[in-house]
Order: sequence, then C-alpha cells, then structure tokens
Amino acid sequence: MSVDQAEIEKIAQLARIRVAPTDIAELTERITGILDMVDQMQAVDTSGVEPLANPLNASQRLREDRVTESDRRAEFQAVAPVTESDLYLVPKVID
Amino acid sequence: MSDSVWETVIGLEVHVQLATESKIFSGSATAFGASPNSQASAVDLAMPGMLPVLNEKAVRYAAMFGLAIDAEIGKRSVFDRKNYFYPDLPKGYQISQFDHPIVGRGHVQIQLADGSSREIGVTRAHLEEDAGKSLHEDFHGMSGIDLNRAGTPLLEIVSEPEMRSAEEAVAYLKTIHSIVTYLGISDGNMAEGSMRCDVNISLRPHGTTEFGTRTEIKNVNSFRFVEKAIQIETERQMDILEDGGSVVQETRLYDADRNETRAMRSKEMANDYRYFPEPDLLPVEIDDSYIEALREALPELPDAKRERFESQYGLGSYDAGVLSSERDIADYFEAAAAGGDAKAAANWVQVEVLGALNKTDLAMSECPVPATELAALIERINDSSISGKIAKQVFEILWNEGGSVDGIIEARGFKQVSDSGALETMVEEVIAANPEQVQQYLAADEGKRKKLTGFFVGQIMKASKGQANPKLVNDILAAKLDASS
Repeated sequence: MSVDQAEIEKIAQLARIRVAPTDIAELTERITGILDMVDQMQAVDTSGVEPLANPLNASQRLREDRVTESDRRAEFQAVAPVTESDLYLVPKVID
Repeated sequence: MSDSVWETVIGLEVHVQLATESKIFSGSATAFGASPNSQASAVDLAMPGMLPVLNEKAVRYAAMFGLAIDAEIGKRSVFDRKNYFYPDLPKGYQISQFDHPIVGRGHVQIQLADGSSREIGVTRAHLEEDAGKSLHEDFHGMSGIDLNRAGTPLLEIVSEPEMRSAEEAVAYLKTIHSIVTYLGISDGNMAEGSMRCDVNISLRPHGTTEFGTRTEIKNVNSFRFVEKAIQIETERQMDILEDGGSVVQETRLYDADRNETRAMRSKEMANDYRYFPEPDLLPVEIDDSYIEALREALPELPDAKRERFESQYGLGSYDAGVLSSERDIADYFEAAAAGGDAKAAANWVQVEVLGALNKTDLAMSECPVPATELAALIERINDSSISGKIAKQVFEILWNEGGSVDGIIEARGFKQVSDSGALETMVEEVIAANPEQVQQYLAADEGKRKKLTGFFVGQIMKASKGQANPKLVNDILAAKLDASS
C-alpha cells in the first residue's frame, strides 16, 4: 500500500500540522514504508484472535459519582496566553 | 402532488446529558450556569499527565437506558478516541465509543396523533464526553472558550432510519425524552441543552428501497425546531430532486429565525476522525448480577404506566397518554386520584392544572396547588359541599393565594346551601317574582317544561350566588311548581 503526496497534504491539514513542501516527498516515502509494515502485519492470520482493546489484561475501575475538584480557575488562567471575562481566548474560529 | 411521489427517510442521533453530579472522567461539578471555567479541572483542560477515571453512575445510567429500550447491554464496552481539532476540545480528541458501545440494538414504541403506534429501532447508544463552549462575540477578533461543559457525560442514542415524517420524528424524540426523564438519568431540559438532536434526512421515490443521499442537520434543540427543520429540509431536497439535481451529502444548520437550513462552512473536506482505542481507559466490564439489579430497580416506564392508567382508572387512551407523558404529571395525577375519583382527577389535571401551568409557564414540579388539595376539592364537589363552578373559583384561589380547600370554602362562605328550609324560601321567592313564566310552565308540554325549569334554576342559582345545591333546587322546584297547578 502506498500514499500519494496529496494524501499527505490532506492528513497534515486534518492534524493541523504544518509540513514544508520540501519535506512532503520524504514524508510520503517514509509513511509508505510504515504502511508496508502494516500490510505485512495484516497478512498474519488472526482468525480466532480477540481484538485487543488494551494490552493490560484488566478491566476498568470505576469512580464514585462525587465532586472532588474545587475551582482552580485562577491558577489555570495564570498560565494561559490570553483570558478575558473568565474565558480562555483563542484565535477566532467560526464553523 | 410531490408528497405522494417522495418518501422522507429520517434517522435521529439524540445526545442526552446524563444527570450526574460530576463529569464522566473527572471529579469536576456539572452544574448548569456556573461562572465560566469554574468547573474545569486539570483533566478537563487536558493538562499534561492527566488521566481519565470513569464515573460509575454514567455507566449505570447508560445501562438503565439500554434495559428500558429492551436492548442488549454491552458486557464489555470499549472507549475510543475520536480525533478532531477545535479549541473547545482541549485534548484534540473526544473520548467516545466506536465499535463496542455500552448499549446495543433496542427499540421504542411511538404514539401518533391518530391514536396509532409504531415501533422504531434504536441502533445503539454509547457513552461519550461533551465538548466545551465557544463564544464568538467580539473579543477583539478572538473567540472565548468556556470549558465548564467539557467532560460532561453524554449518552448518544442513534436511531435506525425508520421515521417517515416530521410527526414521527417528533414523537420519537418525545418518547426518548419521556424515557430518560422517567428513569431520572437526565433532566431532559432542552432549553439548557440537556437533550440535543442531529437529524439525518433523505428522500426516495415511494416504493423504492434504496436510500437517497442524506444531509445531516446538526444540533436542533427543541421539539418544534425538529419538526420545522425536517419540513423545510424535505422541501429543499424535493425541489432539488424535482429539478433533476442531486442532493449533496453534507452537514447543515437549521436557522430558526429564518426557518431555513444552510450548509456549514469549512466542511468541504470530509472529516476523518481516525478512531482508535483509548489507551488511557481499560475495557469496561459489567456482569449479569449488576444488570439484573438494575433491571429490578427500573421504575415503571411510560408505556406500562399508560396501559395501567387505562385499566386501573378506566381512562381513555388519549387521557392516559397525556397523564403518563411525564413522570411528574403522572405522579400528580395519581396523588389526586387517590382521593377516590380518578376520572374527575384526570379532567381537573388536564384542563385546570395543565392549563394553568401552561399559562404561567411553570413546570409540574412548580405547581402551587398540591395534589392532595385537588383531591380534597374534588371530594367537596362530590359530597355536594360546592358546585363545579364554585370549585373553579376555589382552585383559582388555591393557585394564587394558597391555603386549604376547606379553609377557603369556610372563609369565603362558599358552602353550598343544602338546607331545604332556606332553599324552599328561595324557590318560593323566585316563583312569586315570575308569575308569567309560571303560567307558561303550567301550560307547556313535557319538552318545553324542561326548558322553563332551566330558567327557574338559573334564577335561583343567581339569587344564591351559585351556592344553592342544584339537585335539591331541582327537587324543590318541581314539587312547588307542580303544587301550584
């Protein structure tokens, strides 16, 4: 399996990662290499093997429904780049 | 003509906010209306090194819903990461469930206005966390983010594409609303966003089985908007198809102010959520004894209650449907019916109580007249202490000023006059004051006499300010009139 350069550009945009145009060719080649390895793994016969959700052979412990956190907004907002009216401000997004 | 050509196919994804005290993966509070970011902990903010710990109540509530819709409960359910970037999702992924949801296939029964009912399949329901809120008011060209809602537990309920009209979709939504509020797993408050709905809709020629291309209308948050959005989107798609065009699969928004749907921007590139198992959470295992204990503890559900109201109280299916539609209304009705006259209680609750609540925009839980007082009021009508007309006055006083039925009747001198001596005097006075009508009565035949009797009773009721016992008045009047012949 291989990917083309257009696909790399699309994935980069979805992941919000800026990729320099000069790097795309190399990335394409390396990701194709990784996918080849995946193909090799896919070729193994896994019929009868339960899909693994987690490598630890255990199940999730549950937490009692109780409020245990107090308001630490002042601390958190002290390290945020921009805040106003108790909100975190980010570059404008509208969808 | 178009309606007969096209069949509308509708599926709903309903997001129900679960009524837990704390968030699904952190110990932050979930209270509505708190000041921005005061309920957002390090876990909710995705600070480095933070790990999610699953809330038992969220799991329990989801399983309860599954039992209520007769679904298979996933004994081993798995959380997955759904990856996308948006500033109100600090981790860059939403923890959700993909191919092992906690609730599998189930079904609900919907009631339609014509009295018929239909079964609608529920494909699945899964647990996930809500995102925060973005505020696009003017913050110097920036957006404001409030993460109080981030991590609030949601149950996403996905229906089969089995609804065929706006009416059916609304009936389905109301059924889900009624189930989750009966179970007490959500407050169901749509205005506060506790229940939100995505509508998938497509058209196909009647008689065909293949689905047409669908659009998804995001985040419709009231029963009325669901109905209007479906109607307007159906028309839009119909226009396109009849002009020979094709519908584009896309996400749209319903604009209630303009009553139109429009495509969401920046969606030209299909999202690829790159789901994969959430490594920070282990699979959740639920055993049979846990499920059986929940099943035992399930409250009576709306369908069962409606049927019981019909058989136990002899109510018609419409009345039973209205009275069982919400748990609070049902409880109120039953408390009032405990007074002994269920039919009268059913009438009073539907006409006076629900009418007054509607007019004052109050919820059943805020009703100022306790059900026990309504029962007392009905008893006073039935034992002839007051007439139905006076009872409505008493009800109004109870509503506006409070107090007790007997106290009000006593204080205002509302007690019906059942003293035959006093009534006889009143009847004699009215007969004496209307000699002409007495003559007409005596000359009249049976049918006409009835009409004239009505005239006399009216005069007597007026003279008694509505407090004369009508049955006694009738008896005395008949005797006196016959005697004067």
